[in-house]
Amino acid sequence: MSADSHPDWHPGTVIDVRPVAQGIQRITIQRPPTRRAHPGTHIDVQVDIGGEPDVRSYSVVESNEDGSQITVSVLLSPQSRGGSKFMHRLAIGDTLLTTQPLQNFALGQGAERYVLLAGGIGITAIIDMARVLKSRQVDYEFVYVARSRELMAYLPQLEQLHGTRLRVHVDDEGTGLDIASLLTSIAADPRRDGIELYMCGPIRLMDAVRRDWLSNGLAIYNLRYETFGNSGWFEPSEFVARIPQLDIETTVGTNSTLLEALNAAGADMMYDCRKGECGLCQVDIESFSGHLDHRDVFLSDRQKQAGSSICTCVSRVAADKDDPTPVLTLSLP
Amino acid sequence: MTTLDSQQSVTAKIFPFPLNAWYAVAWDHEITNKGLLARKVASLPMALYRTADGRPVALGDACWHRLAPLSMGKLIGKDEVQCPYHGLRYNSAGRCTAMPAQETVNPSAMVPSYPAVERYRYIWVWPGDMTLADPDLIPDMHQMDDPGWAGDGLTIEAACNYQLILDNLMDLTHEEFVHGSSIGQAELSESEFRSRYEDDGSVTVTRWIRDVEPPPFWLKNIRDKFPGFSGRVDRWQIIHYYAPSTICIDVGVAKAGTGAPEGDRSQGVNGYVMNTITPETNRTSHYFWAFMRNYRLESQVITTQLRKGVEGVFGEDEAMLTAQQEAIDANPHHEFYSLNVDSGGMWVRRILDRMLQAESTTRPAEIQNRPASAVGGGPS
Repeated sequence: MSADSHPDWHPGTVIDVRPVAQGIQRITIQRPPTRRAHPGTHIDVQVDIGGEPDVRSYSVVESNEDGSQITVSVLLSPQSRGGSKFMHRLAIGDTLLTTQPLQNFALGQGAERYVLLAGGIGITAIIDMARVLKSRQVDYEFVYVARSRELMAYLPQLEQLHGTRLRVHVDDEGTGLDIASLLTSIAADPRRDGIELYMCGPIRLMDAVRRDWLSNGLAIYNLRYETFGNSGWFEPSEFVARIPQLDIETTVGTNSTLLEALNAAGADMMYDCRKGECGLCQVDIESFSGHLDHRDVFLSDRQKQAGSSICTCVSRVAADKDDPTPVLTLSLP
Repeated sequence: MTTLDSQQSVTAKIFPFPLNAWYAVAWDHEITNKGLLARKVASLPMALYRTADGRPVALGDACWHRLAPLSMGKLIGKDEVQCPYHGLRYNSAGRCTAMPAQETVNPSAMVPSYPAVERYRYIWVWPGDMTLADPDLIPDMHQMDDPGWAGDGLTIEAACNYQLILDNLMDLTHEEFVHGSSIGQAELSESEFRSRYEDDGSVTVTRWIRDVEPPPFWLKNIRDKFPGFSGRVDRWQIIHYYAPSTICIDVGVAKAGTGAPEGDRSQGVNGYVMNTITPETNRTSHYFWAFMRNYRLESQVITTQLRKGVEGVFGEDEAMLTAQQEAIDANPHHEFYSLNVDSGGMWVRRILDRMLQAESTTRPAEIQNRPASAVGGGPS
């Protein structure tokens, strides 16, 4: 919500680090007190990427009463551009710049039933919502999915706190989530219009849920999700971007976004959110090779399938085995 | 030896308000499903309306997009508000449901939806941490809609800090000086009173004035029940304070010596002055009041006469409170000093101060309303 969206940067000190699952580090940072972080909040952290400062957002997993101790949990991503590597190198006593908890994924009140869906590291955005829903004594169901049990942070604590309200699905144990049946059961509930679903996870999971949510005739505004625009349907690969009208041709590396590359090449790009939500950075596509990897939530499925425009802040084209360096040609209006 | 805390923050002139509390935002009849009402509570602008099925809703009164006031918009469908500027729509949970010129809705677009409850003829909102908003915390004002009581009231838009009104209601010795023509009498400030901080967190101030001539307001009331009555009365004022800002005053007179102080009020008339005060800003308040009675319930004319009578009395308070706030602002280097008669008001201030301490570290910076002198506790 707007009231909590203006970042206020302060130095913080790492006071605890510990692994909580395979490749997931739990990091607690001491910073000036503000207020208890509400569910759905994240902090922005200034990270160091090859000597250059950059900003990453991490969901707040735990907070003390005055928000002076904020805990995040970070998955070391093999495709990381360097943010998660930086976070995993942190040790007790290190200092870093962070914002206060910022709200972009607020938990509403008054729904008749809540469904929470966390996929893998997406648990970090959902875990505190579940705690609050339990304390509010409302009807909720908490679905936690992952490829394997070793990758599931906080599982024992969650099983203890949420009991039978927690449903765990693990792909490599053969108990993977059947999205269609989850969504059918929501649609069949007599309270269907009073059910809100909050989710955070890989884009494939969220896209599939969104598609089934709509095909079941559920109201799109009851589906809430957060995306940092950093996961796609394809591995990021290098590609060439062209804007013939501006005589621009540039290579977009795996550690850069299309928006950043075009901007660096001299295009005066318009943008705002930089996470695929607002649509200000969309540009018309003249042609492309390889696969279009739409990572935004601005364009509808129909628009994504049409392939005639792209949100440059998060979306890319991905290589194909026959086309190792695809080319994306953009056109200005 | 114990060290006593300074009372500096307790005697603050511009008293901060707790956010984790229910505040009356409007009378039940003011909020409809025909249109929106703009009203500020605890410095938070709210757009108020009812859904098609009658449920009260309080949304933050600024569109997520460019902050245009939603209260200037219109109601659509079962529970939605349309922004007057670019047509974004929000449901009663504050979630954006439609955006112009795009096929999707930004997944994070929403405005605050404050918990809102209808009770005792008022709509109550909770401006603070909504996870703590338990409707059972709404103060007991059951006389407002209990079949054993009748009456009505009005709202005063008071140009003063809310605590000045609480001070006013917790110490009724001012009646002698402010309300000399209606309810005041010299015996008020001469009579004994007692303040108690009750186990349930409320404060009670009890005052009995025995064997006195009834002032004009009470002579009229007792004659409504006992036509032609003349003579002396035992008069009572029992003030009940419920945090943060509700005061219900049990008032009445009974024929002198008929046992009212001991519990037999059958030879008297009993009213309840219902007051709930909502901070609008640091220096303005919505003051909702009503006068309820438990006799002659059938008489609409008595309801109207009492409402008009109390309106006149409270008009005298409003003029004093406005002048007091102006004097406070005109004398920034002068402090408050306390009198014996302030004990009820000082208990209220201490309770509020504790509520503020409890939530002071957890409130958002932009609505920190604690004055600098109160934070440090040092001399200002």
